[in-house]
Amino acid sequence: MQHFTSTTPFALEIHGLVKRFDRPAVDGLELNVRTGEFYALLGPNGAGKTTTLRMVAGLLRPDAGTVRVAGIDALADPVAAKRVMAWISDEPMIYDKLTPQEYLEFVAGLWGVEPALAARRAQELLDWLDLAANAHQRCEGFSKGMRQKVALAGALVHEPQVIILDEPLTGLDAGSARQVKSVLRERVRAGGTIIMTTHILEVAERMADRIGVIAHGKLIAEGTLDELRRKAGKNTGAGDSASLEDTFLALVAEETEAA
Amino acid sequence: MIAQPGSAVWFARHEWRLSWRDWLAMMTAGRRERLRRVIIAITIFVIFMHFVAYFMVGRYADAVPDKATLIAITGTVLLSWLLMVSQAMESTTRAFYSRSDLDLILASPVAAEKVFAVRIGTVALSMALMAVPLAAPFIDVLIALGGWRWMGAYGLIAAMGAAAAALAVGLTVALFCVIGAKRTRLVAQVVAAVIGAAFVIGLQVAAILSYGTLSRVSVLQSEAVLALAPGADSIFWWPARAALGDGTALVVVLAVSCALLAAVIALVAPRFGEYAVTAAGVDGSSVSHARRPTAFRTIAPRRALRRKEWTLLRRDPWLLSQTLMQMLYLIPPAVLLWRSFDQGNGAVQLVVPVLVMAAGQLAGGLAWLAISGEDAPDLVAAAPVPASFVVRAKIEAVLGVIVMIFAPLVAVLAIASPWHALVSIGGIVIAAAAATAIQLWFRTQAKRSQFRRRQVSSRVATFAEAFSSIGWAATAAVFAVNGWLAIAPGVLAVLVVAGAWFMSPRTRS
Repeated sequence: MQHFTSTTPFALEIHGLVKRFDRPAVDGLELNVRTGEFYALLGPNGAGKTTTLRMVAGLLRPDAGTVRVAGIDALADPVAAKRVMAWISDEPMIYDKLTPQEYLEFVAGLWGVEPALAARRAQELLDWLDLAANAHQRCEGFSKGMRQKVALAGALVHEPQVIILDEPLTGLDAGSARQVKSVLRERVRAGGTIIMTTHILEVAERMADRIGVIAHGKLIAEGTLDELRRKAGKNTGAGDSASLEDTFLALVAEETEAA
Repeated sequence: MIAQPGSAVWFARHEWRLSWRDWLAMMTAGRRERLRRVIIAITIFVIFMHFVAYFMVGRYADAVPDKATLIAITGTVLLSWLLMVSQAMESTTRAFYSRSDLDLILASPVAAEKVFAVRIGTVALSMALMAVPLAAPFIDVLIALGGWRWMGAYGLIAAMGAAAAALAVGLTVALFCVIGAKRTRLVAQVVAAVIGAAFVIGLQVAAILSYGTLSRVSVLQSEAVLALAPGADSIFWWPARAALGDGTALVVVLAVSCALLAAVIALVAPRFGEYAVTAAGVDGSSVSHARRPTAFRTIAPRRALRRKEWTLLRRDPWLLSQTLMQMLYLIPPAVLLWRSFDQGNGAVQLVVPVLVMAAGQLAGGLAWLAISGEDAPDLVAAAPVPASFVVRAKIEAVLGVIVMIFAPLVAVLAIASPWHALVSIGGIVIAAAAATAIQLWFRTQAKRSQFRRRQVSSRVATFAEAFSSIGWAATAAVFAVNGWLAIAPGVLAVLVVAGAWFMSPRTRS
């Protein structure tokens, strides 16, 4: 776990973020993530996690609020914000008819990565994620794990400062999940910022520097695991040694009652 | 009556419910509140088609079974039946390769052959039911003017459905056995499209070679065909006689078709599960698409997007075949063009609208693939390039393919008539641009694999794209002969495009 001071700059600043569909999906969300931090966003289904991250990634236009990524106003200058960001969803965004290498060439082209750097980085990623042997095979026959690893390689080939992942480990086997987690840890060690939603609480518990709990489109609790336990214990009676699962359920139940 | 679960009747009801809901979703684009509008639109269409039918076939209501009449009816029946076979082959291929419920069925303790027998029967029924709305206005008019004997035509449609399903299933299974599961998917769909187009194109080519026109009727009613055709009492004309109200012919045709279908069901249904299981392995075998290692190449964003579109199109033979199948219809004008070199008969005039029309249609399909059929929309949307930049690159990719396909044809046309080539270039560019713009205004998010069903996502876009292509084709054709007169069809084409823009979701939101 890393330690952050008040002088560590923010990689992501969200203020008063609002998005309504039939009902408010995100309702005046306030969220700050510091550079180099691994931040896990938890919440029940329909809490607004994915909607929030899609707005950050520039895939959805908010109704109100501000989003700054690495100091860049993502709503005023989305292209500049996207340049320093990568987005990975639970459903790997790859093309069946391209090979992993061609996919990385395409992504590197889209992000305008300098050719020599892109080639070196692509090779490193293919080796790192055990994809080198499949680098010249079309993705159409790949397993979910392999597809997710190709998508992850695509997200990392342009060396983003901020990586946003929406349920990246869903459906992965233990081996693939470990590889993905190892790549993410390495990225954080190298100074990158990771913001991830997950339903696998063990992953959040073991990997995240801070955890945010979102419900009904609002951040209802935030902090390290210990801080969350204390908050849950104070308000709901969950013990200090409670697991993240108990803590999470206690916080969500409290918010649901209040709502 | 409640059917016994697991029985053939029970499965038939299940299939019927699925088909009905699928059709309903297709017609209403998934919105139940549109149902009333759809019913009104269908009613208006049916009434309109009765008027069209009256003017087209009303004068044949008192037709007698002479040789000329039998040839004309047989030609029409054959054309419709080949289209049914084509459609049935597509349905059969889907039944093999669509995995939505096959795992459930094959894992259940019921006899799979029952399910597949019902499924083959459903293909036959759906073919007949699809043909009825199209044929009904013509048959109704003939019944109203010529008497109840024309009711036999409805019986003939049922027979055609059964025979088409039988042949389609037989052909697909034969392909499966001969070339294997992997190739059958593509080949069956290509064969289906070729079967559908072959008869029309064949007749047109024959008409051009014999009479220098695109008219198919000229061949069917020619002296040569009349002389070569079997006598009026031949068994060959029984389907036509059945349509004309000959009860014996109808019973025989129906019996033979149903026997054919029953035989195919009996032969194929027990092994259908086996074929489906084999077909299921096809996806996994795609890993063998290993490519020669190449050096890593990074290119500029716009070029990367263009190259991606072209690579995906080139590597998806099914999509490519679906798209280029439209090009089959360019064969008749190409033959016409070739003939005009010999005869200098001015037939080159006919080539201009066909080229323009084909370009518009092809551009529409390609534009849908590039703009709406994006398999990784989030990836492209998350890239640090403006949305307009992405759209421009995709439009360039579409127009690049159009240029590649039509440039050789226009070059040949230029040798015959530079003026017509020039008009064609203008028409092709405008028709392709209009079709692309319509797809852009009505863009949705879809998988490329949904290409076949793209028409159902927006009826307005489909009709606008078709009428725009027709409008620009007419404009180009008239402009090639008399510049000023082209203003009228040109204005109509502009109105179609403007109307599409006005009705597009982007201007309404």
